[in-house]
Amino acid sequence: MFESKAGIFFIAGVGFFLLAFLGNGAVPMIMYQDRHEATAEELVADNKRIMVQFRDLSERYPDEFKSAFGTPTEEKCAEALRLGRQIYIGEGCWHCHSQFVRPVSNESLRYGPVSETWEYDNELQRPVMFGTRRVGPDLSREGGRRGNDWHTVHFFQPSIVSNNSPMPEYPWFFDGAPDKPNRRGLAIITYVQWLGSWLPEYPYYEELEEVTRE
Amino acid sequence: MSHAAATATHTDAPTHDDLVDQKIVGAFFVAGLTYLTISMLAGILMALQLVHWNPLRGIEIFSPGRWRMVHTNAIAYGFLANAFLGALNWAVPRLTFHPVASKALNWFIFWAWQFVVLSTAAAIIIGPSLQDQAWVMNLAREWRLPMGLGAQGVEWGETPFWIDPVALLGLALVAVNFMVPIAKSKGPMYVTLWYFMAAFVWTFLTYAMGNLLPEYTVSGTSAGAIGGLFIHDLVGLFVTPLGWGLMYYFVPILLKKPIWSHGLSLVGFWGLAFFYPLQGIHHFLYTPIPMFLQYGAVISTIAVELVVATVIINFFGTLAGRSSLFFTNLPIRYFYTGMVFYFITCFQCALQVTLTFQKLIHFTDWVVGHAHLVMFGVFSLWLFGIMIELFPRLMNRPWYSRKLLEYHYWLSAGGLFVMFLDLTLAGIFQGYYWASLQPWDASTDGSQPFWITRVFAGLAMFAGMLCFVYDLWMTWRGAEPADGVEVGPVPHASGHN
Repeated sequence: MFESKAGIFFIAGVGFFLLAFLGNGAVPMIMYQDRHEATAEELVADNKRIMVQFRDLSERYPDEFKSAFGTPTEEKCAEALRLGRQIYIGEGCWHCHSQFVRPVSNESLRYGPVSETWEYDNELQRPVMFGTRRVGPDLSREGGRRGNDWHTVHFFQPSIVSNNSPMPEYPWFFDGAPDKPNRRGLAIITYVQWLGSWLPEYPYYEELEEVTRE
Repeated sequence: MSHAAATATHTDAPTHDDLVDQKIVGAFFVAGLTYLTISMLAGILMALQLVHWNPLRGIEIFSPGRWRMVHTNAIAYGFLANAFLGALNWAVPRLTFHPVASKALNWFIFWAWQFVVLSTAAAIIIGPSLQDQAWVMNLAREWRLPMGLGAQGVEWGETPFWIDPVALLGLALVAVNFMVPIAKSKGPMYVTLWYFMAAFVWTFLTYAMGNLLPEYTVSGTSAGAIGGLFIHDLVGLFVTPLGWGLMYYFVPILLKKPIWSHGLSLVGFWGLAFFYPLQGIHHFLYTPIPMFLQYGAVISTIAVELVVATVIINFFGTLAGRSSLFFTNLPIRYFYTGMVFYFITCFQCALQVTLTFQKLIHFTDWVVGHAHLVMFGVFSLWLFGIMIELFPRLMNRPWYSRKLLEYHYWLSAGGLFVMFLDLTLAGIFQGYYWASLQPWDASTDGSQPFWITRVFAGLAMFAGMLCFVYDLWMTWRGAEPADGVEVGPVPHASGHN
């Protein structure tokens, strides 16, 4: 059995693989099978804050926003979130920024509440963006900490607002200047402002009045 | 056993030329070395970015974020997969006395695999620029699929969703092509074939699991668990068994003696097969993944390190009595250097997997150092050793320069070891910078000395690579040996079957 072809093929090859998949993969899948995976549209409908940020972008960069998304509707916001997430993946942002706050190493003091499972039950976490390395900080509570104008400048050239930052520049998110974000630029900023916007606390760098009014 | 002796005892035994398609072995090796060169350049680009020396700033197709993914994918699927396929095409037919199922299929696999590697790289580099197409985003919305033209959001599974079917087909054909000679072979199976056979099954299943489930089926925490299992199995069930299988093949041949203990070989194989795949979740400790699953992954990780110790003991038991070959025979030196690094990797792993270490070192450069130690320090060094042994046989002439091969060894092994120590230390510093709640800049500024050291360690490894490629080129051209010293056995003189 231990040296036979059938033993190696079926026990070691198929059997042990499936056993491990059962323990490491199927158990969490079964535990969480009843949870609803929210669509981007549902996320936007439940979340006034991201619409505030989306409208802020449309007011701050009216011409650019108009040609990229038209008017700041909920539908367009969901579209921006989806595109923003694809850019986050395609540009490899997730290889230098994580999206979970651990219960150790003073992380809840630096970032905010420790991450919980319900935060990840949506299509924008399929595949999940936990991440494995932090060259830059965790982003799962980044939304609202900084204004949209800060983000445009930062994406255009990080060292302008963040001295000595090793983050690469992304001039292709802009039509030549930091105050001219293109569709990709507006989408990635919308996505970053969305991160953490589902929590009770959203820091709001600015625009506080509009939310209290709503 | 020499070629003549083999034919004398088995009159119907096939000759080496019946068994091995030497052209395809060479083709896989050369393809692998090409991707390794590209991958190292990509790594250097990212390293330069971190120390503010990137000469290609702000150029979209040279974005370090995209090339970082090219770097890791080119190693796993470009270099390691190609080099392994070359070595398998040498070892499997010679071990089983049967050629691969089909030589034509072999070439189809070769080209299909180059398509997978090259289109993955092209998609990672160009895909994000084309992502913003209405039809892509519409399809994504209608089918509720995370459709990225560029990278897919699974670490080491960045191969875009539309290439995955080709890759899976390729892996299935690889399994068939090598399983046929294994199935045809009679008598007890040698250790190497246990590892290979299991690896063919595991690699296919791992690739399918990691590329399909988190993309289409599960989201959030469950996807994280699968993602962890995928990264882990890719190293543990694809790279590791092929690597060890080749060691069980080449080490006894070069040392001209059998493996020290067959019992330990059994413990090593079955221990790895059982414990290794159970550990996936240890890549995501302290996440929302249920804690009892995290504990299970930690415990089985510590268990597998005991198994690793038995394998290392077995190989050093085999070396005993022939240890002078470590200094004179380059392939043996590469193999055993890799094994020492393997032991360090695994010992380190048993420590870093504990929750105590994870608090500090998770997310830091410690992990990056660990990854380089295992992928370059172990498996790449082993494959260099195998190539140094096989290229003279493929080309039917000795290496052009032994001295250049020595440079390659010292620059690769030395550069890698410096990089490993440097990044491990950097990780500890980064962990304390973060935990002490200093501004984020403190950690990136404080990392500069380590990151600068890493650039030079990487450049040393790349210089070693250039020595190797130049030596290979001169050997291929048939240049007169530069220093008149031959490496390892004389080509063709030991046609061991």
